[in-house]
Amino acid sequence: MSDATPVVQGRGIVKRYGHVTAIDNSDFELRQGEILAVIGDNGAGKSSIVKAICGATIPDEGEILIEGKKVNFTSPIDARNMGIEIVYQQLAMSPALSIADNMFMGREIRKQGFMGKYFRQLDRPAMEKFAREKLTELGLMTVQSINQAVETLSGGQRQGVAVARAAAFATKFIIMDEPTAALGVKESRKVLELIQDVRARGIPIILISHNMPHVFEVADRIHVHRLGKRLCTIDPKDYTMSDAVAFMTGAKEPPKENCL
Amino acid sequence: MSEPNQSAQELDASAGTIETIAQFEDHRRGILGKLQHLLHVNPSFVPLIVLIGAIVIFGLLLGSKFFSPFAMTLILQQVQIVGIVAAAQSLVILTAGIDLSVGAIMVFSSVIMGQFTFRYGIPVPIAVMCGLGVGTLIGALNGWLVSRVKLPPFIVTLGMWQIILATNFLYSANETIRSQDIEANASFLQFFGTKFSIGGATFTFGVIFMLLLIVVLAYALKHTAWGRHVYAVGDDPEAAELSGVNVHKTLMSVYMLSGLICAFAGWALIGRIGSVSPTSGQLANIESITAVVIGGISLFGGRGSILGSLFGALIVGVFTLGLRLMGADAQWTYLLIGLLIIAAVAVDQWIRKVSG
Repeated sequence: MSDATPVVQGRGIVKRYGHVTAIDNSDFELRQGEILAVIGDNGAGKSSIVKAICGATIPDEGEILIEGKKVNFTSPIDARNMGIEIVYQQLAMSPALSIADNMFMGREIRKQGFMGKYFRQLDRPAMEKFAREKLTELGLMTVQSINQAVETLSGGQRQGVAVARAAAFATKFIIMDEPTAALGVKESRKVLELIQDVRARGIPIILISHNMPHVFEVADRIHVHRLGKRLCTIDPKDYTMSDAVAFMTGAKEPPKENCL
Repeated sequence: MSEPNQSAQELDASAGTIETIAQFEDHRRGILGKLQHLLHVNPSFVPLIVLIGAIVIFGLLLGSKFFSPFAMTLILQQVQIVGIVAAAQSLVILTAGIDLSVGAIMVFSSVIMGQFTFRYGIPVPIAVMCGLGVGTLIGALNGWLVSRVKLPPFIVTLGMWQIILATNFLYSANETIRSQDIEANASFLQFFGTKFSIGGATFTFGVIFMLLLIVVLAYALKHTAWGRHVYAVGDDPEAAELSGVNVHKTLMSVYMLSGLICAFAGWALIGRIGSVSPTSGQLANIESITAVVIGGISLFGGRGSILGSLFGALIVGVFTLGLRLMGADAQWTYLLIGLLIIAAVAVDQWIRKVSG
């Protein structure tokens, strides 16, 4: 596989709900090692297209290629098994369980040998060590205890754990849905740094966000979604935030030849 | 869109102070805060303290009449049925459900074991297996209605309670199988009633079964993936699903296991009372919920330890026996239990505030 092969390529994706067309023959492309921001007005269908990519919805038409190979996901679990991780807006964590438990939820490690095989005992030390390493790698490690319940963490710390979980298990790419929406200024900063750290480790990211300053700060390219399809993809260095908003809302014509 | 630019500047201005953000400090202060944290980590701590306190107080008041191996093990014998059923109840409540049909499943299973043996002449071990199978099947039906049809557990098991109890009376024709008949012809039905003594302490197989069951379940809940999934499903089923937990499978396993454990309780019930009586164990559902709640398991799911339920059942047993030995009116027991229930839920609410 060459570097030029996009990590994700969506072609002519269509999704209809009755008379409503959520995705109207849209294309999508995520390249190696980039942060691709997906922006769009409310109801433009940016969530729909990302859901189609990760298997949360099954498109009616079109095809999705991951690293050049066609895939037919039927659930986000299929996508996860391929190394695609999603950081949900609601974070998908169990508040009463520990950081380590949450990081390994649904993919626990069992002990080797007799205890693991016949008594299905979890390998707690291995899981805790791994969780600690991953949090340290992302500079999140001043954790008192990896066995601390997630509900005792602040919003930003929880987001950090969710990102660390995704980064730990993603081999293809990560989808992040509004990762800074519920956070304060300082915590948003930390999460944005985390996102850039993850990219630096070579994992491409699809970032869905409403927050223009955040998008322009971290994105390599911006996918502008309007009326159910990709309107254009722009380089944040060539346009201002008000341009992006103008494209998004239809106040300004998109740059035809400049669709990256 | 001028605000975003402005907030971008604010972001930059605050960039210098970020290093502290990711730190996981302990903000809780003071003795009360430390206690709250301790209870948050060890939810079965409160019932354990209450249990030990109750034993000490009754021991001081009653002396060796209460504080003897005989009396202590008598309590174990008296709580064994509720203890076993409370184990089943704990599993369901941990998934944020409730099982009102536990007592009915227990009685119906014991009736099936008895009637299959005496009415159809089926060998006792096979009749017992049939009873255990029926209990598991009823549990599966409960689980399916909760997980697939998405009905509230309270409603499902409220209905199932009535259905099973009515079936129980119709099938058994309200007929009790006498203890002497069982002892003479099918003593295996009374297996859990088998007694043995160590010193002055008397144990039954039913008591041993209850203790083993709690230990095994405590292990499974804490040290296997299945156990973690039970907690995750009770905590937030949507989050569990998104994390890759098979919520349906987890719920099915919990309700089926609950049914199976209740059927075992039915078998132990024959050992305890000697006979097979379709009218016995009518209060098992309420008593099991009481034990679970006093044991510190949250009715909102996802929190608590199954050891707590055992402590809860034992607390009720200690109060019952202690007050009876003191010659107090039995109503005092109910009064104290009522207070404990309310206190336990209040403590649970307080512990949960840690997340706020």
